[in-house]
Amino acid sequence: MADHLLEVRDLSVEFHTVAGTVKAVQNVSWHLDRGETLAILGESGSGKSVSASAVMNLIDMPPGKITSGTILLNGRDMLSMTAEERRRVNGAKIAMIFQDPLAHLNPVYTVGWQIAEMVTTHGGARAKADARALELLRRVGVPEPEVAMRKYPHQFSGGQRQRLMIAMALACKPDILIADEPTTALDVTVQAQVLELLQELQQETGMGLLLITHDLGVVAEIADRVVVMNGGCIVETGDAAAVYANPQHPYTRKLIDAAPGKGAMPEERDRSGQPLLLAQNLQKHYGGFHALKGVNLTIMPGETVAVVGESGSGKSTLARAILRLDDPDAGRVMYQGRDLMAMTPRELFGCRRDLQMVFQDPTQSLNPRMTVYQLISEAWVIHPEILPKNQWRDRVAELLVKVGLRADMAGRYPHQFSGGQRQRIAIARALAMEPKLIVCDEAVSALDVSIQAQVIELLDGLRREFGLSYLFIAHDLPVVRDFADRVIVMKAGQIVEEGSVRQIFEDPREPYTRALLAASLDPDPQVQAARRTARQEEGLIPA
Amino acid sequence: MNSFIGKRALASAVSLVGLVILVFFLSRLTGDPTNLYLPLDATTEMRDQFRELHGFNDPLIVQFGRYVGDLLQGNFGDSIRQARPAMDVVLEAFGWTLTLAVITMSLVTAAAIVIGSLAAFKVGGVFDRIATFFSLVGASAPDFWIAIVAIVVFAVNLHWLPTSGTGSVWHWILPVAVLFIRPFGLILQVVRGSMITVLGSAYVKTARAKGVRTRPIIFVHGLRNAMLPVITVIGDQAAAILNGAVVIETIFGFPGIGKLMIDSILLRDFAVVLAAIMVSALAIFLMNLLIDIAYAILDPRIRY
Repeated sequence: MADHLLEVRDLSVEFHTVAGTVKAVQNVSWHLDRGETLAILGESGSGKSVSASAVMNLIDMPPGKITSGTILLNGRDMLSMTAEERRRVNGAKIAMIFQDPLAHLNPVYTVGWQIAEMVTTHGGARAKADARALELLRRVGVPEPEVAMRKYPHQFSGGQRQRLMIAMALACKPDILIADEPTTALDVTVQAQVLELLQELQQETGMGLLLITHDLGVVAEIADRVVVMNGGCIVETGDAAAVYANPQHPYTRKLIDAAPGKGAMPEERDRSGQPLLLAQNLQKHYGGFHALKGVNLTIMPGETVAVVGESGSGKSTLARAILRLDDPDAGRVMYQGRDLMAMTPRELFGCRRDLQMVFQDPTQSLNPRMTVYQLISEAWVIHPEILPKNQWRDRVAELLVKVGLRADMAGRYPHQFSGGQRQRIAIARALAMEPKLIVCDEAVSALDVSIQAQVIELLDGLRREFGLSYLFIAHDLPVVRDFADRVIVMKAGQIVEEGSVRQIFEDPREPYTRALLAASLDPDPQVQAARRTARQEEGLIPA
Repeated sequence: MNSFIGKRALASAVSLVGLVILVFFLSRLTGDPTNLYLPLDATTEMRDQFRELHGFNDPLIVQFGRYVGDLLQGNFGDSIRQARPAMDVVLEAFGWTLTLAVITMSLVTAAAIVIGSLAAFKVGGVFDRIATFFSLVGASAPDFWIAIVAIVVFAVNLHWLPTSGTGSVWHWILPVAVLFIRPFGLILQVVRGSMITVLGSAYVKTARAKGVRTRPIIFVHGLRNAMLPVITVIGDQAAAILNGAVVIETIFGFPGIGKLMIDSILLRDFAVVLAAIMVSALAIFLMNLLIDIAYAILDPRIRY
């Protein structure tokens, strides 16, 4: 049997921590051939990145330890190479790109220098390296490559930074490119462009592409074969389309079922009567930047309005302006017929409890030095009229159960919970106020799909139980499709299109909405393949 | 950048004016210098004549007006003690202190950066433990005590080095060595801490994935990023020496600005005190400006 380009055989890695030994991956085997794209799919903590880190010698030892297995590069065991031999492989034979390219590019050196360093590190001459860097910048589609050479990473947008990372990774024409969540923080249209670039480059160079992701859509778009990981073990492996169509392992099935965007869309609601909240002509400037250019918005009682848009579209600014967390420069917000902007601080204080917010990152929005009990009951310290003090303990317990946690968790601190559990605490805290409207600013974006599905289900249940309204800010269209009644599409501080979920998803009128929908990835490889073809024919992806 | 420097200069000038007013009146509160300068058996006429000569008989506000008037013409007044322009006295002393500060801080910076970076590379290793131990000792050592012990050991007992003065290279060794200890300890800890953060950063991971060798990872990718917090501490420590190596200068009889200020305060040599304060304030201002410029050079995110 011929050797694979890269083969991981029976790999086990442990981490020794204060809390004990963590078996990050156990007896993992996979292989990658030339010209092939292999995806390792898994949720956070599944160990999906560990084997790639082992390939790149990026695991700190200690605390890490490789307890079994071999890593074969063209049949040669990398684990028995010297450190210097491993160093020469990195970058030259196997290159890697990461999630969050801003953090992964050195902030104090120019982009040109960092790309050229890849060449000089592996023995290329300075002048040749600079020429190669320029050529690569041109190839990955960075505008004005000569100027870009002398710029610093923070001067580029997120998508361009990932292009820079790709240019750097390809500088020495590696046989293998490992991409660890390369598009996770990017907008959908940018994600589509970056994935397309990776595919093009793979076809040009014939390199093997190892893609690590949590996103079934990315797998569907780009992978030939997929390895599904859970709890440090491989649960399933096979052809990407076959695994999706016919998952063998219950975990794979659960992942596929949890993928949003498949449920029935709600019927159009009657929107007559007094709106719960009405925003008119909201304007906001940050210095010279016009973040909101006259936005109107209506939320009816019991309705979920989703605001979708890419980063910089002003959707979070809109949420903050409506709640007067950041006062808008112009416009008014009517809450149950009263103008929030004209209220005295005392009147506003009375309204605050009706309007609550759940933020994207519960790690930052929950005070780490307060227990869950303190976090939730603080609502009643501020608004004592809601609940007499002798009932606080019971009510906290009740709320915790309601959001799917246990009553005895009230004494714990936020760091003792997982990300999904923390977001539940944040929701319980919002519920403690007995609000009429909850503004969710990307509240499920950072969560794993299976957790995301649970949180959405929770929000949906609360909506039915309490008649809550939601303003649901999101960039993820399938989630919006499952959860919202109405959708507002924003771009550059303005509303591009507004309508019921059904109208937006089935009959989008604006080209921008259509482009957003086209760029959004479906977990089904066949749907994705069909869309890819359609996209190429229509040329819908904006440059 | 220019408007930034302008704003800073203006703010500093305002504080300087306030400082001059404050020090002028506070120093006058300490009393009349006449008795300190004239012999015990000087007659009342002689004392009156001395007061008249130096203008101490006029009301305070008139004295202040005269002082400001002279200042505006670039005249900082004369030293009573040395009978020559106060600014000359101050600049002479400042020159000595500046030399001392530059030599000491160059050595401190070089040593702290190299040792701190290497310590950070293998946290918990033997080298790291030794470096951390010495930096802790250095940062917490009482320098006046070290100075006296050093004089006793190296000057008095061993006769290797002179006890005080500035005559030769040998005279500089003890003051520099003693002044070195505390900033070295402090800066070493900051370098180590900052370097540990930087070496754990995502871009260092990228560099490792690129196959960059260890030494450029530490000194090219790491160091420039790690220097940002370090520069602030270096500036603080340098300013501390420029301003107030009072104890060390006094112990070693070093003719710097710290010793000059103490002597002038004790002898109520007002013009010198005020001139010295203005020179050190200007030095601190320039020091902070240098730090900001260094920041901008090291970190392009501040420039653009």
